[in-house]
Amino acid sequence: MKKLRQPLWILRSLAVLAGGASILSCFSNRQNEGAKLYETHCSNCHGSQGEGLKRLIPPLAGADYLVQHRAELACLVRKGKQGPLLVNGVDYNQVMPPADSHLTDSQITNILNFVQTSWGNKGEIFTIREVSEQLRGCGGSDGR
Amino acid sequence: MMLSSFRRALHVGLLALGSAVALTACSDKTEESQVLPYIGERDVRPRADGGPADTIFAAIPSFTLTNQDGQTITNQTFAGKVYVADFFFATCPSICPKMQSEMLRVYEQFKGNPKVLFLSHTIDPAHDSIPVLRDYAQRLGIQDASRWHFATAPHDTIFGLARRYMTAAQKDGGVPGGYAHSGTFALIDSERHIRGVYDGMVKEEVDRLIQELPLLLKEEAAKQPKAQ
Repeated sequence: MKKLRQPLWILRSLAVLAGGASILSCFSNRQNEGAKLYETHCSNCHGSQGEGLKRLIPPLAGADYLVQHRAELACLVRKGKQGPLLVNGVDYNQVMPPADSHLTDSQITNILNFVQTSWGNKGEIFTIREVSEQLRGCGGSDGR
Repeated sequence: MMLSSFRRALHVGLLALGSAVALTACSDKTEESQVLPYIGERDVRPRADGGPADTIFAAIPSFTLTNQDGQTITNQTFAGKVYVADFFFATCPSICPKMQSEMLRVYEQFKGNPKVLFLSHTIDPAHDSIPVLRDYAQRLGIQDASRWHFATAPHDTIFGLARRYMTAAQKDGGVPGGYAHSGTFALIDSERHIRGVYDGMVKEEVDRLIQELPLLLKEEAAKQPKAQ
């Protein structure tokens, strides 16, 4: 009896640990993934510090656009953007390409949250659910 | 005990060897880096009079381009100057913004020196008309076209030139923007020779350009009195 119980106890605590870890990973939303994805997909244009490039590429650091267009940001990353846009009172008119390889809803969430919390930005965090909802609006959600 | 003292001896020995190598490497480098190398293929031609053979270094061919002000620019535009050349296109979404921001860093460093010019060629002449190039330059903060030319020419001219400046460029529907190209910066002396090639996507490489450019200027300055 005793011999049986011990392995069970171990299994149970392992299960609890695993559950805890997966919940934790939800909250930490793989913090480095956002930074890595940003480096791969965004930083060539927007700069490693989100500084943009003169009047060619808008900054992300301290950009009012992030607040004013929060509801469009997921689709902007997924689909890219063309035509004039205004950031911090400066007009920009470059092509932003869609992501150069497929990004899942959760990867887009991580990129957005990296931008929202980097270089002094203190934007409201996105949940995956919110990002998926936005993406469904432009036919771009993959539910992952 | 034996082992550890042996290890220590080995350590010290290696360290000494290492620093000796580093020292000689250092002194060699300062010797060499006084003069920038000639880059590209070279041709050795025997002289008709039987004297020592002449070495002909690769040179940028004659070109005629149009810049963002609609002015014609040729090799003559760069006579007596050194310049840094690259290839880009205005709607390039992949490497160009990074490249041009690095080029801007070089420009800022040398904008006080009229002996240093910059030349960015568009590899998408169909889209990058003169007004598009002018808008691009101005958005980048370049008001004076005579210091940094954003130039266009027929497609074949540009792609032929790209090869000569050691930039790989080709049409490629598979990449964002439709063109694949490398972010090479080429440093050209007053006699059309390539004296440095740098990866414009790598900060350390661009730092090297910023360090090496004055060496070329020094060489050019020493040449000047003889020419006049």
